[in-house]
Amino acid sequence: MMDRMYISPAYEVVRDAARCTTCRLCEQQCANGVHAFDVRTGRMTADNGRCVNCHRCVCMCPTHALKIVRSDDVYPENANWDAQTVNEVYRQADSGGVLLSSMGNPKPQPIFWDRLLINASQVTNPSIDPLREPMETRLFLGKRTAKIERDKNGKLKNTLAPGLTLEVPILFSAMSYGSISYNAHACLARAAEELGTYYNTGEGGLHRDFYRYSRNTIVQVASGRFGVFKDYLGKAAAIEIKMGQGAKPGIGGHLPGMKLTADVSETRMIPQGTDAISPAPHHDIYSIEDLRQLVCSLKEATEYRKPVIVKVAAVHNAAAIASGIARSGADIIAIDGYRGGTGAAPTRIRDNVGIPIELALAQVDQRLRDEGIRDEVSLIAGGSIRSSADVVKAIALGADACYIGTAALLALGCHLCRSCHTGLCNWGIATQRPELVARLDPDVGSRRLVNLVTAWKREIQEMMGGMGINSIEALRGNRLMLRGVGLTDRELDILGVRYAGENM
Amino acid sequence: MRTIDAEGMDYAQLNAQVRSCEEEEICITRCIGQRYIGTGLSGRRIVVDGTPGNALGAYLDGATIRVNGNVQEATGDTMNAGVIAVAGSAGDATGYAMRGGRIFVEGNVGYRCGIHIKAYRENRPAIVIGGRAGSFLGEYQAGGTIIVLGLHTDGRPIVGNFCGTGMHGGEIFLRCEHVPPRLPAQVRAERIASLPAEAASLVQEWCAAFGRDARELLSSAYIRLTPDSNNPYRQMYIAN
Amino acid sequence: MLKEGAFRNPSGCAIVGVIDRSGRKMTGEGMIEAITVMHDRSNGLGGGFAGYGIYPHYKDFYAFHLFYDGKEARQETEAFLNRYFETVYSSQIQTRKVAGVVDEPLIFRYFLAPLPQKLSRSHLDEREYVARCVNRINAQINGAYVFSSGKDMGIFKGVGYPEDVGRFYRLEEYEGYAWTCHGRYPTNTPGWWGGSHPFGLLDFSVVHNGEISSYDANRRYIEMFGYKCTLHTDTEVITYIIDYLVRRQGLTLTEAAHVIAASFWSTIEGKDADAREQEMLLRRMFPSLLITGPFSVILGYTGGLMALGDRLKLRSTVCAEKGDLAFISSEESAIRRVQPDLDRVYSPAGGEPVIYELYQKGGNA
Repeated sequence: MMDRMYISPAYEVVRDAARCTTCRLCEQQCANGVHAFDVRTGRMTADNGRCVNCHRCVCMCPTHALKIVRSDDVYPENANWDAQTVNEVYRQADSGGVLLSSMGNPKPQPIFWDRLLINASQVTNPSIDPLREPMETRLFLGKRTAKIERDKNGKLKNTLAPGLTLEVPILFSAMSYGSISYNAHACLARAAEELGTYYNTGEGGLHRDFYRYSRNTIVQVASGRFGVFKDYLGKAAAIEIKMGQGAKPGIGGHLPGMKLTADVSETRMIPQGTDAISPAPHHDIYSIEDLRQLVCSLKEATEYRKPVIVKVAAVHNAAAIASGIARSGADIIAIDGYRGGTGAAPTRIRDNVGIPIELALAQVDQRLRDEGIRDEVSLIAGGSIRSSADVVKAIALGADACYIGTAALLALGCHLCRSCHTGLCNWGIATQRPELVARLDPDVGSRRLVNLVTAWKREIQEMMGGMGINSIEALRGNRLMLRGVGLTDRELDILGVRYAGENM
Repeated sequence: MRTIDAEGMDYAQLNAQVRSCEEEEICITRCIGQRYIGTGLSGRRIVVDGTPGNALGAYLDGATIRVNGNVQEATGDTMNAGVIAVAGSAGDATGYAMRGGRIFVEGNVGYRCGIHIKAYRENRPAIVIGGRAGSFLGEYQAGGTIIVLGLHTDGRPIVGNFCGTGMHGGEIFLRCEHVPPRLPAQVRAERIASLPAEAASLVQEWCAAFGRDARELLSSAYIRLTPDSNNPYRQMYIAN
Repeated sequence: MLKEGAFRNPSGCAIVGVIDRSGRKMTGEGMIEAITVMHDRSNGLGGGFAGYGIYPHYKDFYAFHLFYDGKEARQETEAFLNRYFETVYSSQIQTRKVAGVVDEPLIFRYFLAPLPQKLSRSHLDEREYVARCVNRINAQINGAYVFSSGKDMGIFKGVGYPEDVGRFYRLEEYEGYAWTCHGRYPTNTPGWWGGSHPFGLLDFSVVHNGEISSYDANRRYIEMFGYKCTLHTDTEVITYIIDYLVRRQGLTLTEAAHVIAASFWSTIEGKDADAREQEMLLRRMFPSLLITGPFSVILGYTGGLMALGDRLKLRSTVCAEKGDLAFISSEESAIRRVQPDLDRVYSPAGGEPVIYELYQKGGNA
C-alpha cells in the first residue's frame, strides 16, 4: 500500500523543439519551478507535476514554442466518479486535509444569465444611437427615501442621505491586500479613480499609499476587523460590512501566515507571520438587530457622512435577509452569488453552498418592492458577472450596479489557474513575493482595467440604445426587457421574467 | 467639566453633544440605554452614570471612559486606544477585536470577552476582569493580555467553557489554582508563582481604578495560557 | 386573445387639447373637428375626450363614469357605491347611435360624496379614499370599470375613431373651459372600451402618444405605493406617476416634469446653480420615475393643461395661442382647423413642460 497516491499531472507542457531557443525565459518566469535547463543535453525540460496551467510561460515565450495541453492519462471512464472526484478522495486520504480551492465554482452548474435574452426596439418605438446621442450610465447608490421639504423660498431641500456616484454601473469587488498584491491594489485604485467608480479594500486594511484614492475607495469591515481604525474609516467613500461572500457563505477567512509579509502586516495591523483569521460570524452580530448596531456604530464613528454597505452571500432565504438589512439603517446591500470568486475557500463550500446570483437578485428586488422598501437601499449584484450583457441583465432584474472581481483579475493577466492559495501567482496578482509582484505594472494594469470597463460601458450603451432606453435608471428593474429561454415555469416565476415569444 | 443630562435623549443627540463639546471632561448623568457613547473618540475623559447601551466606546481612539454602573454588550468594540473602566459588570463580546487600549471591569464579564483581540506594534490591548468570565474567553485571541482576577463570591469557576479556543497569540492570566478543563489542544497552560511585570502593572492599574488593594492579587499564583503556534490551522488544508 | 388589460398594450396615437384661460366655455365640437384632421394617426380602435368644467351643477361631487358589461356588474357596483358614498344623482349617459361605434357597454354616471363616517374611520384624506374605491371597483368587480372619477370633469371614451366616439357621446351638448382628445393606434388589442384614452384618476386625465421604454421600471416602482397597473398601458403608469409626485409627494407640475422627463446630466450641469441643484436633487430622489422612450402627453387637471414630451423629443408636439385660447396638439393642422388665425405657434423643447392654466386657477367661470 502506498503512503501517498501518485496522481498524474493534469496538464502537460508541450515544447516545440524547433522553435525553442533555450533562452530560459520560461524557467525564469515560472515560480512553480516547472521549467529547467538540462546542461547535459543543452535542452529545456519540464516537470509537468508542478504546472498549474497559468499560461505565464506560454504568453512570455518569445518564439511561441510552448503550449499546455490536458494530459491524456485517464482513469477508467466513469460518469459518476470522474477523475477530479477520484483525485480529491486520494488527496484527502493522503493528507487528512480539508480541500482548499481558489477562484469561483468551476462546475457546470446552470448559468441563468445565459438563459436570459435582451429586448430591442422595432417600429413601435425607436432605438437610440449611443455614439451620437446621450446615453447615461451615471447612477447613485444609497437611500432614496428623501422627504420633500422646502426652504422658506419654496426650494427643495437636500434631504438625501450620503451616497456614492458612479459613472458606470460597475464597481470592483472586495479583494484584500494580502490575498492580492500591492500592485494589484494600485491598479484597481487607479482604474476606479479614472473610471469614476470604486474599488474595495476587502478585509485586509488600507495601505497608506492608497489614502489618496479615498474618494474612490470602499473600505471593508469584516469579522476580523483587520486594519479597522479611525483613519481607515475616514479614508473611505463608503464602508462595507462583510457578512458573507458568495464563494464561501457561512464561513470565515484565513490568510496563512506566510502571506503576512511586513507590508501586509502593517496594513492589517497584526504581527508579521501570524495567521489572519476572520471568524465565521461577526461576534457582535448574532441577530438582525445586532446588524443595526454595527451599522449605526460605524455611522456614529464617521458622523453620518458615509453610506454603509452590507454584503451578504446569496443563500436560500436571501429575500428575507435583504428585507432585514433594508430596515437596519444600511444604505446599500451587496449580494454575492455562489459562483463568485475567492483567494481560497474550502472546495466543498465553494461548490455546494449558496445559490445563483440571478435567482437571489430577482427575489430580493421583488421582496423589497413588495414590502415597499426598495428605496431604503440600493442593490449591488456580484458573484460572477462575466460581461456587459450580464451587467445589463442584472440591472434589468433589479440591481443598481454590479461588482466585478474575477473579470478585473483577468484584465490584470489572471488565467484562472485557480492556484491563488499557493501564493505563487506568476502574474503578480495573488502573491506577496516581491519579484512576482513586480511583474504587474500598475501603469499597464490600470490601463487594462480602464479599457475593460470602458469597453463594457460602450456595450451597455449599445444594448440600452437598442432598447430605446437612454438612462441606466430606466433599465433598473425593467424586467419586460428580458425574456427567458430554456427555463422552467418555476425558474421564470422566480426570475419574474416571461418566456421568449411571450408578449406579456 | 461639562455635565450632560441624558434623560430623554436618543443616542444620536447625546453623541453629537459629546462630539461637539469643547471641554475635555464630560459627565453624562442619568444614562439609560444610549448606544455608541464615545465612538471613535480621542482626547476626552467621560464619566457615565447609569446604564449605557451597547457598543460603548466602539473604535475608541484614546479617550477615557469611566462607567459607574454596569455596561451591556460589545463594549470597546474594535477599540484602538484609550481606557474604559467599568465600576460594575460587562455583557457579552466585551473588547471584541480590540487592537489597543485597556478595558477594566470591576465585576464579571459575559460570553466571548476579548474575542479576536490582537496586538500590533506598540498597541497591546489589555482586559482586566475583577470577577469571572463567561465561556469563549479569548476566542481567536491573536495578541494582547487578558487577566481574570476571580474576586467573585458566587463559587462558580473563574472562566466558563472553551477558554482560548482558536487562540493564536497573546496571553491569558487566570488567578486560580487549577487549569480550566477542556482547554483546546493548541493552548499551553502553566502555573506561575507571580505575574510578570507588564501584567502586574495592569493589575495595579485595575486596583487604582476601583480603589482595591493590589498586594494580595500580586502575590497570588496564576495560570498562564499561551498558544503553541501562531499558525494553528496550517495543517488542516490540502490544496486541490 | 386575452382581454385587454391582461397584457401589456403599447400604442401610437394622436392627441390634442384646448383651454380657454379666461374660463369661457366651449362645447366638445371643436375637439371633434380637430382630431378629425389627424384621422390617419388613429386606427379606429379607440378614441376619447376629457372635458373640464362640464358639470357646474354638481361641481362639488365626484363624477364617476362607469362601463358595465351587464346588469350584474352594475348591481354589484351600485351596492359597493352605496356602502361608501352618498349618490346625489345617477343616470345612464345619453348617447346616440353612430355607424362607427358598435358593441357599446352599459354606460352610467354617478355624482357622489364620500360617506362622512366611513371617510373619517378610514383615516385617509378624501381624495385618497375616493382613489382607493375606484381601484377596488376596477380590480375586484368583474365587468365594471370606472373610467372617470374627478369633480366637475368627465372622460368620454370608447372603441372607434375619436370623431365617431365624440358624436356618440353627444359632446356638442357639453360645455367646458378645457378639453383634451385622443385618437388611438393600439398594436395589441381588438379594442376595449376601458382601454381607450384619456386615462383618468380623480381629476387628472392623461392622453399620450408613444411607447415608452422605461415601462416596467416605472411600473414596478410605482406599484410599491399602492397603485395597481391593471391596464398595462403607458398612459396608466404615467397618470399614476403624476398623481404620486404631485398629489402625494407635493411636487409642483414643473418639478414633476423634471423627474419624468429629466434633462440629461450634461444639460443639467450647464444650468445655473439653483436650477442645477434642484434638478439634480429631483433626479436623485426619483430616478425610477424617469420615463425614457418616445412620449408626448397632455395632462388635464382642474384649472389647467400641461404638455410634456420626452427629453429626446421623439414625438411631435405643437403649442399655439390665440387670445385667451391655448392649444396643444400632435400636429399644427389640427389646431388650424379650429383656429386658423393664431397669435403664436411653437414647438416646446423635449422635456420642457408647457403649462396653461385659468387666469383664476380653480375658478370655474
